[in-house]
Amino acid sequence: MAEKEKKESLLSRLGESQVWKSIIRSGVPRSRRQRMYAVLGNVFLHLHPARVPKHAVKIGYTWCMGGLSFFLFVVLTITGILLMFYYRPTVEYAYTDIIDLTEQVPLGIMRELHRWGAHAMVLTVWLHMLRVFMTGSYKPPREFNWGVGVLLMTITLFLSFTGYLLPWDQLAIWAVTVGTNMARAHPFIGHEGPGASLLAIGDINLVHMGSDVRFALLGGRFVGEATLLRFYVLHCIAVPFVAMIFMAVHFWRIRKDGGISGPL
Amino acid sequence: MNYIKDLFDFLSAPTISFTLLTVAFPFIFPPTDWFDKKNKQWGIYKLWTNKGAFWIFMSITFFFIIGYFDPYFNLTMTKPDNIPIILMIYSMIFVIWLGMKKAYNNDARLDRGEKPEEWNDPDDKVLVWPDLVYIELIALILFMVFLIVWSILIGAPLEEPANPAATPNPSKAPWYFLGLQEMLVYFDPWLAGIIFPIFIIVGMMAIPYMDINKKGEGYYSFKERRVGYFIFMYGWMVLWVFLIVIGTFFRGPNWNFFGPFEWWDPHKVVPLTNVNLSEYVWVKLLNKGLPTNIIAREAVGFVAVIGYLFIMPLLLAKTKLKNLFEHYGPVRYSTLMLFGLTMFALPIKMYLRWLFNLKYIIAIPEWFFNI
Ligand code: HEM
Repeated sequence: MAEKEKKESLLSRLGESQVWKSIIRSGVPRSRRQRMYAVLGNVFLHLHPARVPKHAVKIGYTWCMGGLSFFLFVVLTITGILLMFYYRPTVEYAYTDIIDLTEQVPLGIMRELHRWGAHAMVLTVWLHMLRVFMTGSYKPPREFNWGVGVLLMTITLFLSFTGYLLPWDQLAIWAVTVGTNMARAHPFIGHEGPGASLLAIGDINLVHMGSDVRFALLGGRFVGEATLLRFYVLHCIAVPFVAMIFMAVHFWRIRKDGGISGPL
Repeated sequence: MNYIKDLFDFLSAPTISFTLLTVAFPFIFPPTDWFDKKNKQWGIYKLWTNKGAFWIFMSITFFFIIGYFDPYFNLTMTKPDNIPIILMIYSMIFVIWLGMKKAYNNDARLDRGEKPEEWNDPDDKVLVWPDLVYIELIALILFMVFLIVWSILIGAPLEEPANPAATPNPSKAPWYFLGLQEMLVYFDPWLAGIIFPIFIIVGMMAIPYMDINKKGEGYYSFKERRVGYFIFMYGWMVLWVFLIVIGTFFRGPNWNFFGPFEWWDPHKVVPLTNVNLSEYVWVKLLNKGLPTNIIAREAVGFVAVIGYLFIMPLLLAKTKLKNLFEHYGPVRYSTLMLFGLTMFALPIKMYLRWLFNLKYIIAIPEWFFNI
């Protein structure tokens, strides 16, 4: 008993100290007022409102899937940064770098965490979408945020797809070859797509193997060195950047649409 | 045991399994009173009870246990990149079960004139600190533990170094795109790879504007939104998730179908006897050669496609769906029809292929325009 009192006083003394207060801005949240302030006064927590309806905190309502999708995005960013220390996106090094980073790097499960995390994120995003459908949470005023969500799902799939190429093994290049072969059939801008032959000046075809949308995606006529670099940049910079913007909008709109949905 | 395996092999052929699912679906998620009556009569709603969950869980697990000890299925099942699909099967079904259970519970409450279970007095809120943040923290830690255990147990796959000269057979896209790859069996790449994905994305974004039923917002419910529910679940679970399962587990070399317990014979010969609609009409029916004029040759196909996508909704708007049309207005009605009919074009084409060996409805390879 005496010990507990001592601890508490240590805690509260810490909570009242200048250092703590300069960082956290409020004392240890004990009173109702302080607890609300702990959320409002913190840049990360103030994503939340200070108070939410009772059903909103139940696992059974949201299954936590939106939150876990975001959490996985953070995990993937962190493990991805660690992987970037070791990985060079060239045909010469990519494959051996992957072997090195599993075999030479201590506690080398970064690649596993990153890969399984990516698969898991596809799943959590799908489950999140299912729950949003099943609770009818896409109905007004949340139509727009559902749309943002659909784009987020597309972005998640594209992120996963661009990352699939980077190990530069058989699995990687053939999966990406199969996937990007679709692009040649794009109407008008793929060289084997309907309407592509209409885009011509006289006899000169504007859309051919060396100029169509697949060529732009791959940086060449087949999956090669340029594709690896392109996918690397897309995977590490471009797509995460877009994803972050859409997530910001998504989270902001949840608040603006009146917080988590619920029965009236 | 072999008998059971043969049965599974037989049942999982797309023609059989897809048909079974499609026929069973309206009874599981009844969109009309008639189906609802049958659902009650046959006790299908009992799927959404704890007992139902037990049986669903046991049958899936039974399948995977047999599969695990089968030398052929073991190869596909234990591929590290296929683990997520097994997780997907369990988690999707669990989550739908849970949602439906809550929905039926809420439906009963609404019938009794009560509020849904999620309802609370708006003034009676809880504080985010600590009531929400501690749940988030626990969820995050548990999930991280799960991820770490998964990562320690199963190594990320790495095959031979990339070799552009050695095409593996089958070459598969990443698992979440296998539904699209499966559509390639029935449609050309410009449709299955480009138009359909665009329609899926735009169509999904359009859902809140097409479903103007105001009921059932913010709580689990089924009865109040059963038509929308049925269409969404059919599109998502059958035309997307189930096709992924087929693409992963039942497609072997040359994208031929193999039952789960069959050996992936790379030399399996499947006769290609598919015939275009134009050939059916001009050669088989009229006993003439194909006309040289492309438009004349494919005229029947054009009539069929335009009739299906544009004329039929127009006629329906005047007759059977008159009420819907008046309720929705022209723009909303045509959007719903365009996306809905495109979605159902997939199963329709599948059955045309299976029943009549129909290859293309419109076949203009000269323009890369095949439907
Ligand atoms: C990277 C992907 C995504 C992330 C990180 C994300 C994150 C979140 C979070 C944290 C919430 C709060 C409630 C909850 O956890 O369920 C939420 C709500 C919501 N999300 Fe997402 N989401 C994503 C994708 C999607 C998708 C694919 C859809 C739909 C197609 C969607 C539609 C919505 C809607 C409509 C809400 C409001 C739900 C309500 O008020 O009940 N989101 N999202």
